[in-house]
Amino acid sequence: MLNFSLKQLSTLLTTKRISSTELTGEFLKRSRALNADYNAFITIDEETSLAQARAADAMIASGQAGPLTGIPVAQKDIFCTKGWLTTCGSKMLSNFVSPYDAHVVERFNAIGAVNIGKTNMDEFAMGSSNETSFYGPVKNPWDITAVPGGSSGGSACAVAARMAPAATGTDTGGSIRQPAALCGISGLKPTYGLVSRYGMVAFASSLDQGGPMAKSAEDLALMLNVMAGFDARDSTSLMREPEDYARDLERPLEGLRIGLPREYFVKEINDDVARAVENAIAEYHKLGAETVEVSLPNTKLSVPVYYVLAPAEASSNLSRFDGVRYGYRAPEYADLNDMYCKSRAQGFGAEVKRRILIGTYVLSHGYYDAYYVQAQKLRRLVAQDFAEAFKQCDVIMGPTSPTVAFDLGERISDPVQMYLSDAYTIAVNLAGLPGMSIPAGFGNKGRPVGLHIVGNYFAEAKMLNVAHQYQKTTDWHMSMPNS
Amino acid sequence: MSLSLDDVTRIANLARIELSEDEVHTALAQLSNIFGLIQQMQAVDTSAINPMSHAQDVAQRLRDDAVTETDQHALFQAIAPQVEAGLYLVPKVIE
Amino acid sequence: MQWEIVIGLEVHTQLSTQSKIFSGASTAFGAAPNAEACAVDLALPGVLPVLNRGAVDRAIRFGLAVGAKVNSPSIFARKNYFYPDLPKGYQISQYELPVVEGGTVTIHVGEMEKTIRLVRAHLEEDAGKSLHEDFHGMTGIDLNRAGTPLLEIVSEPDMRSSQEAVTYAKMVHSLVRWIGICDGNMQEGSFRCDANVSVRPHGSERLGTRCEIKNLNSFRFLEKAIDYEARRQIEILEDGGTIQQQTRLYDPDKDETRAMRSKEDAQDYRYFPDPDLLPLEIAESWIAKAKSGLPELPEQMRVRLEREYGLSSYDTSALTADREIAEYYDATVAKLPSDPKLCANWIMGELPAYLNDEAKSFDSCPLSPVQLAQLLMRIKDGTISGKIAKEVFKQMWSKAAQTATAWKNRDSKLDDNLADQIIESQGLKQISDSGELESLIDGVIAANVKSVEEFKAGKEKAFNALVGQVMKAARGKANPAQVNEIMRRKLEA
Repeated sequence: MLNFSLKQLSTLLTTKRISSTELTGEFLKRSRALNADYNAFITIDEETSLAQARAADAMIASGQAGPLTGIPVAQKDIFCTKGWLTTCGSKMLSNFVSPYDAHVVERFNAIGAVNIGKTNMDEFAMGSSNETSFYGPVKNPWDITAVPGGSSGGSACAVAARMAPAATGTDTGGSIRQPAALCGISGLKPTYGLVSRYGMVAFASSLDQGGPMAKSAEDLALMLNVMAGFDARDSTSLMREPEDYARDLERPLEGLRIGLPREYFVKEINDDVARAVENAIAEYHKLGAETVEVSLPNTKLSVPVYYVLAPAEASSNLSRFDGVRYGYRAPEYADLNDMYCKSRAQGFGAEVKRRILIGTYVLSHGYYDAYYVQAQKLRRLVAQDFAEAFKQCDVIMGPTSPTVAFDLGERISDPVQMYLSDAYTIAVNLAGLPGMSIPAGFGNKGRPVGLHIVGNYFAEAKMLNVAHQYQKTTDWHMSMPNS
Repeated sequence: MSLSLDDVTRIANLARIELSEDEVHTALAQLSNIFGLIQQMQAVDTSAINPMSHAQDVAQRLRDDAVTETDQHALFQAIAPQVEAGLYLVPKVIE
Repeated sequence: MQWEIVIGLEVHTQLSTQSKIFSGASTAFGAAPNAEACAVDLALPGVLPVLNRGAVDRAIRFGLAVGAKVNSPSIFARKNYFYPDLPKGYQISQYELPVVEGGTVTIHVGEMEKTIRLVRAHLEEDAGKSLHEDFHGMTGIDLNRAGTPLLEIVSEPDMRSSQEAVTYAKMVHSLVRWIGICDGNMQEGSFRCDANVSVRPHGSERLGTRCEIKNLNSFRFLEKAIDYEARRQIEILEDGGTIQQQTRLYDPDKDETRAMRSKEDAQDYRYFPDPDLLPLEIAESWIAKAKSGLPELPEQMRVRLEREYGLSSYDTSALTADREIAEYYDATVAKLPSDPKLCANWIMGELPAYLNDEAKSFDSCPLSPVQLAQLLMRIKDGTISGKIAKEVFKQMWSKAAQTATAWKNRDSKLDDNLADQIIESQGLKQISDSGELESLIDGVIAANVKSVEEFKAGKEKAFNALVGQVMKAARGKANPAQVNEIMRRKLEA
């Protein structure tokens, strides 16, 4: 049952072969057993989860069940969840019990999904290894000496280790796709504006986007059906006709044009990753797809552009954490200013402070044009590259990450090295495009490799179709780490 | 461009983050590395390009002028570090 | 040396919306602390701003009223600084592209007309309030006001005296109330000024170093703060010192300004476009609709009153200083177009005296313009004297005040004839019948032989005494002009 798809679990529930209470109990039992090793969850609240499961059972009994009613879903601890600790992986919010629900959480509640726990993450989503969490690093279930990726590392680990059938994540520069790749699961970052950011603790507002993490593309489609939707409380939420993201899953791929950016297949990629991606492309050829070479010449600038824009927005977004209305306040201080400086020095971890300092600097007087405005201009170039490429192809493919999961502690002391590992995913956020990662085999030390699929704006259904057809002929996504 | 210790102190103050002497030195080394990476941006001539602030090229959606919120201060203040008589308390503010 | 004072004003007007600029919390004044601070106003993690259409509409109206350009798109920016009444650690404001750019406001100082140029007017959110009463040595923060919509109206440094600055501020105050975008309540902080003051030698083209005086919430304080600040700067310069650019506060108790401690550090606000708010686009059709909804503007009305009714510029300025007065005047004079000056005198004289006594505005005046016009008509047609009219007015007021409904909220026309009813029922009608007057005068002449003799001996004072006797006998109702004429005729016969 651990490897069942959401559809299969839903069938079990609606045909009353298992209750949500039992199903939730099973996953809770597994989470409890594994969490000590993996540290995937910050909060597990069995009582609340089981109460939600009982409510879901009542919904099912009264014939009101939807596709995800009664299904346990793990929530990244960045989504405000009423009555739950919502820490964002930070000491700053280590006492923050949210008084309200994020829009995404409301949507899961409304259809009777069960919150199975709040997953660990890099502090304020700033990190690519989950090592910046105040709650300690998450382990990669394929190899506990490796990182799970980040920032949605807890969600990726929970799904990979089958502690939850599906989870939510957020992606500012690759935070869904990179941990999905490193943990051997599927993850989707939707087009910017599709999933409401209301109640999602902001990192970099113009880049942040929530999305689903699950075993398969089919599961992602069902999750996205819940998560995506207009929200009047988010000015950047797009008003669009609701879609069924599963509608095109079964379409054959004959004639699909896959763009392969020549800049992606260069020396930075490790051989093991390159080989897995090549094998995946070969599989697509068999499915009737053709490949075209495209060019994304400005992709190489994505990392520097991102490390100006994201910290700039973050430095401002994180100013609200001042120890006045909620969150951490230093126990001792001399005066108001000292209270601010100490609360923030003690409440934030090293990486968050580093990014706040970068962001403050690039926005400060005399540097704004050279850094911030220049980065915004280059952002447009990066977006234009994609627009050009999509004139020649339907989707773009490449590796999600240039390497398989690296070792815990390997890169944490070298921020620049850490940042560079997100080169492929970051460009997609800058452009606001949808991107996903699906399992495509294993590389060095038996660690998973992810295939990165980028689509044009609002092409989620098409991308899920492309991923699903691959998953019908391969079983990488069904592989499960030993535990 | 190279960052100085004074720069680090100045931005830490703007950002209201206390840094010890050691931390200022560490931060300077790390930020200098990162700005080395960021410096790559300066090689591109962008004079003809409009800055891109948002991922979408759409106009702002507005809401109608209507009161939709109710008094929830008790709920909100349950998580506050220090309150009294409905007010958030902070160390004395000097104007 | 002769010094010239140079003043520019930043006026913060609170826009009269029901809800806040970026949240659905109420803007009503006087709620319990933090009762009107919702999740968005408190900057809880994860909340987002959504702009209030009503605030934008008011900004457009202002732009049109001052002949400014309404920008589309305009951009919202974050102004970053830490302060406990600023929950997000940044204020959402406008920086590079404000919603309103340019425009002018015309002021009249004495007989001089002067045009003050505006730089811009931009939308922004207000901060909360710090309460400095002692909470064990701490400060209390009330965030009810946080997120209240403001339109900040920035003038060029075009004013040269505190009097001009106050006149300009009053003009803007009147205008924003006139077009219905701000209630103008200064006690509640709905209208506040920051004054940028500098001085320079007369004839100099270069601006001196300025100081900004923050948060002046009365016209009197504005005037006194500018006067003090100008004196301070002149003294420093005359002593050979230099002015330091500073942000200062006015202390009304001491009548002086002092530098603000919290603004001592050089500020670096790190403005950048708010990523949560897309560009604000204002369609031509929206502007056209706002234009058609604008009332006649004060300056237009002032010119019209001068042209149509031949009133002096003093009168027209006073009558158009406030939309309520102007509207009241317009409705009154419409009923009595033959004597616009009489209407003006009463509306600027008797009526405000009564309104002030009861702290009422023109809109809440219990007497309607129609009722007033009838009273004035009776003066004009000689039915009553001006003196009796005041007595009638007093009675009309107390009668109308019993019902206590403001004329604007009343549709009943039943009591349009209130003046006539009072004149009639109390027999206050002036005696203009010459037969009746002659017999009254004959009686007085017969009874005051001594006075008559004195008059005939050349004592003009005696004549006044006789007339006084007639008026007394008529209980004030005799037409004085007529009495004079008949009396003189009889005595000189």
